[in-house]
Amino acid sequence: MLALPRASLAAAPATLLNASYDPTREFYKDFNGLFVADWQRKTGQPVRINQSHDGSGKQARAVVDGLEADVVTLALAYDVDAIAAKGLIAKNWQSRLAYNSAPYTSTIVFVVRKGNPKAIHDWIDLVKAGVKVITPNPKTSGGARWAYLAALGYATKRNGGDATRALGFVRGIYKNVPVLDTGARGSTTTFVQRGIGDVLVGWENEAMLAIDEVGPGKLEIVRPSMSILAEPSVAVVDKVVDKRGSRKLAEAYLRFLYTEGAQELAAKRHFRPRGQAVAARYAAKFPRMNLITIAAFGGWQKAQARNFADGGTFDKIYQPG
Amino acid sequence: MIGTVAPRRIESAGPAVLVLAALAWLALLIGAPMATVFTQALSKGLGAFLDAFKEPDGLAAIRLTLLVAVIAVPLNAAFGLAAAWSIAKFNFRGKAVLLTLIDLPLSLSPVVSGLVWVLLFGARGWFGPMLDAGGIKIIFAVPGILLGTILVTVPLVARELIPLMAEQGADEELAATTLGSGGWTTFRRVTLPNVRWALLHGVLLSNARAMGEFGAVSVLSGHIRGLTETLPLHVEALYNDYDFVGAFASASLLAGLAIVTLVAKTALERAGRVAAAKGSAL
Repeated sequence: MLALPRASLAAAPATLLNASYDPTREFYKDFNGLFVADWQRKTGQPVRINQSHDGSGKQARAVVDGLEADVVTLALAYDVDAIAAKGLIAKNWQSRLAYNSAPYTSTIVFVVRKGNPKAIHDWIDLVKAGVKVITPNPKTSGGARWAYLAALGYATKRNGGDATRALGFVRGIYKNVPVLDTGARGSTTTFVQRGIGDVLVGWENEAMLAIDEVGPGKLEIVRPSMSILAEPSVAVVDKVVDKRGSRKLAEAYLRFLYTEGAQELAAKRHFRPRGQAVAARYAAKFPRMNLITIAAFGGWQKAQARNFADGGTFDKIYQPG
Repeated sequence: MIGTVAPRRIESAGPAVLVLAALAWLALLIGAPMATVFTQALSKGLGAFLDAFKEPDGLAAIRLTLLVAVIAVPLNAAFGLAAAWSIAKFNFRGKAVLLTLIDLPLSLSPVVSGLVWVLLFGARGWFGPMLDAGGIKIIFAVPGILLGTILVTVPLVARELIPLMAEQGADEELAATTLGSGGWTTFRRVTLPNVRWALLHGVLLSNARAMGEFGAVSVLSGHIRGLTETLPLHVEALYNDYDFVGAFASASLLAGLAIVTLVAKTALERAGRVAAAKGSAL
């Protein structure tokens, strides 16, 4: 009775390609090891997980162009939607897994140099003259889009819902950006390694990782009074798994992200876990913050069309050079 | 009356200053970055440096880089020779077009050289559905990386040969033909020996570029660790992983390959000059 599923699984391809965005490199390196061991123990089948990392939007584009990823684990739902729009992923993908198919979350925080010499405590401090802000380009980076929306959310609230004045505030922030990298990791290295800028605006997980890497005492995390709940989304690429016959493995891989062991790993790698038990254990590491959600912008489709499409608000407020 | 300008006597300090300035500029521009690469690579000791080459993904990147060069360079040499030969020795319709086409990759951004293949062979490209039906993978696989590299490096051999062959003209070939030599023999015994140093020079240049190409390959690779990452992409990936020793170790390997290529080039040029001097002495 047990031999049958094993035999049928043995015929399935023993590889899986996960196309992910840049900041998840360390997490998936660990997670893949955990999953491979678990899968082998449960099914007896050895499996190899191949990993591809790039900017989230670029990865979505690559999958549409033919990168045969069985699963995508991207920075935001919009990029998965972009693949779904081309018919490679079922339209209802977000409801196929728990928590909007976002097994871990993050948010946008600031990183400043030791002692916070420019006294940066909230978004309002980013528009001050002489403050150099490092953040990636929202056109190409998922993290940058979350950051832009967090800033816009703060600005809208501060200006009592006045959209024009809110945009004026966000323009003030981007006026202070000397280097607009294409991806989150690029921005982090600009700020941390090259020592450019006074404040890095980006993923909480990237901020914590950067502090791990350079050692504490050189950088500090500053949590603004308001930020955004960033939900990196995962999905099985239906067209690819059906072609390769890897659906079972791909679905198990994504479901495994929700197990306690994986949630623990996510928390260790600086992503906010969804599971209650693990979240409780890491409560001190991830302080509660006042977070708006993408729903405040009418969902990703609306947020994208309004702000990041050609001629959107970002194009209006940002003039390079 | 305006006379012709007499050749000026150059103060002996002038050239010396110029040479010094050029050397200082080069040291700043090339020497300093190279030194950084090697110091960073060795910053955690020789052991950590050598570990970088034991890592399976790194070895896969080295293998892929060499594979790409081994295929791309001979193809470039064959094409470059054929193109230069026909352009320099014959007059035909469309010669200007061919010349422009050869130069085109030099003026294209490598990213574009990568993207054109995505537009042709990507899943949404012209031939995408056809390739998909046949189960052939080009983009985000080794063939795509190869195509991108070849497109970027294809002019290098031809560009070395064309000026030399044009200068040499077709006289010797004509003489050989009059003396009854066939086309192949003429090519092998007259044309090829005349251009062998330029050909080698072009081959080495295109080899260095093929191994070091980043832009086009980055677009076409899909960035799958251990499968579709060449050495330059692997350097970037390691750098982004905060593995600076690994990144600079891999970069120093690339730099080392470039230096070997340059030394080989210089040695060949010297050998060429010696051979030429002997030839004229006879």
